[in-house]
Amino acid sequence: METTPSIRVKDLTRQYGALTAIHKVNFTVNPGEVVGFLGPNGAGKSTTMRILSGIMSATSGSAWVGGICVAQNPHEVKRKIGYMPENNPLPDDMRVVEYLRFRSRLKEVPGHKLRATVQEAMEICDLARTARRKIIGTLSKGFRQRVGIADALLGDPEIIIMDEPTIGLDPHQIQGIRKLIDNLRGKHTVIISSHILPEIERSCDRVIIINRGRIVAAGTSTELREEFLPSNRFSLIVEGNETAVATCLASRGIDAAILESTPIAENRSELNLRVENEGNLGPQLIQLLSNQREFILHSLAPREPNLEEIFLAATKRSWEETIETKPKISA
Amino acid sequence: MRHFFILLKHELRMLFISPPTYIAAVLFLCLMGFLYWAILRGMVNTPSETLPTVQFFSVFWIPVFFVVPLLTMRSIAGERSIGTLDTLMTTPTSRVAVILSKFAGAYLFYMLLWVLTIGFPLITEKLYPHAAESGALLEVEPLVGSFLFLATSGLLFISIGIFASSVTRSQLVAGMLTFTTLFVVIIGGQQMGNIADSGGEFSSWAVAAVNYLQIFEHLDDFSRGIIDTRPFFYYASTAFLLLGLSTLVSRSKSIERHNYPDADQPFQ
Repeated sequence: METTPSIRVKDLTRQYGALTAIHKVNFTVNPGEVVGFLGPNGAGKSTTMRILSGIMSATSGSAWVGGICVAQNPHEVKRKIGYMPENNPLPDDMRVVEYLRFRSRLKEVPGHKLRATVQEAMEICDLARTARRKIIGTLSKGFRQRVGIADALLGDPEIIIMDEPTIGLDPHQIQGIRKLIDNLRGKHTVIISSHILPEIERSCDRVIIINRGRIVAAGTSTELREEFLPSNRFSLIVEGNETAVATCLASRGIDAAILESTPIAENRSELNLRVENEGNLGPQLIQLLSNQREFILHSLAPREPNLEEIFLAATKRSWEETIETKPKISA
Repeated sequence: MRHFFILLKHELRMLFISPPTYIAAVLFLCLMGFLYWAILRGMVNTPSETLPTVQFFSVFWIPVFFVVPLLTMRSIAGERSIGTLDTLMTTPTSRVAVILSKFAGAYLFYMLLWVLTIGFPLITEKLYPHAAESGALLEVEPLVGSFLFLATSGLLFISIGIFASSVTRSQLVAGMLTFTTLFVVIIGGQQMGNIADSGGEFSSWAVAAVNYLQIFEHLDDFSRGIIDTRPFFYYASTAFLLLGLSTLVSRSKSIERHNYPDADQPFQ
């Protein structure tokens, strides 16, 4: 059976006067997925999220949330979305519980469920015991973020959109928010924007990378690895002549290149090796590099490219593409 | 409509817990108390035909100049500058309900302040029973007329404040804009009336138009018990127009580029 995607975006474009914030953005998010929206500052992440939550309209293109067109029925869309805006603005002179009750009423939570809804949201975000009656203005950054997240959870929305939820938090708090997102997995569709890469990699099922208003990559981290950094990478520590490593491998028909060399001790360095050949290369490399006269192999380990490298590769590719297509756009 | 009442309740609650409201209220009541005392004192020295209540309400413009900006400058400009206006718009609430609730909150508080001034004649009556024997202190007709005037003109004054607050994100600018607009509307109308009275260069329709905008004339009529529908129409229609404009301005401001750091380095 075909299910309606939670979010579908088609050719979404938003211009601010002569400037284009996002340009023909397309993506789909399925129910229950946790999707990370990744991009440098000024990439168009917040603009896309604001359009999805119905706060502002797109210049062209369409977006559907839970099968409802955002432009035609923004009110209905707002009922399906819990949105935590960037910087998480909160009124400083209200108490946490008062604020959440006010927000639940606005989100049309029925009167008899109000108390339970607020209590549940506060418990999920660990606010119930610690900060229930505190004035928001006196809360620390971490607690404020939790209040923002609790607000997004109120009324059990189908989709939760959080714009930079972990910004300005300490590692403990980040871990807490990661656990929270894990709890939401499967029950809600979650979209998180961030430019903190390990965060996204750990908590999200799928990543969408956006740069200069365009989607440059989308998929799981494994898919992205294959697309952007397809070759095998190894990290090795050798003692002796490091150039001999490359020549040794080339003589045995292995297409390898040393990407980076970091000296770690006298006459010993750590090499970052890229190998273009396919197959199970680990044992083969160990065999080849052992018992050499010019150098001694101390360690060899496969190296998984992290999201940071993928991100850099993807954004670099998009920059190159934009430079190539620039004359066409301005014409 | 349901959202309007939720927002209004919230608005009143916020007004009652915020210090500027109390500053406005204390300033207002001190000033008006002093003015009332000055009027009574003046009457003792030089007996006058006009009632103290009528004289008291004829200086309505003095508190309006500072109370209205203090009550309204925070409403939209403040919320926009800290970003909570955006969070309000993420709920299924309409902008009209938000603007109307801001207006209604400030208006109700403004009227509450005026209602409190009934305390002055009551206190005088209590302290000087012989002075109240003539019944001049609490005569009902001018009191009802004056309050009716304050209630209708308040629609315009508060909506000017709300509009000024919606066009800027700085509370200070909103307050100053409200003050100057109120000054032009109240004093400017009076000055135009003076010019129309003194010179003959105005044609009859221009005089009629100027008279239509004479806020002091309206007060005069109301306090004498002449209830005309034209001032009602003037205040209500202008307030309606300004609130409509505030809604449109707040909508267009919500998509301004500087609201979004993401748009600072756009794709070109």
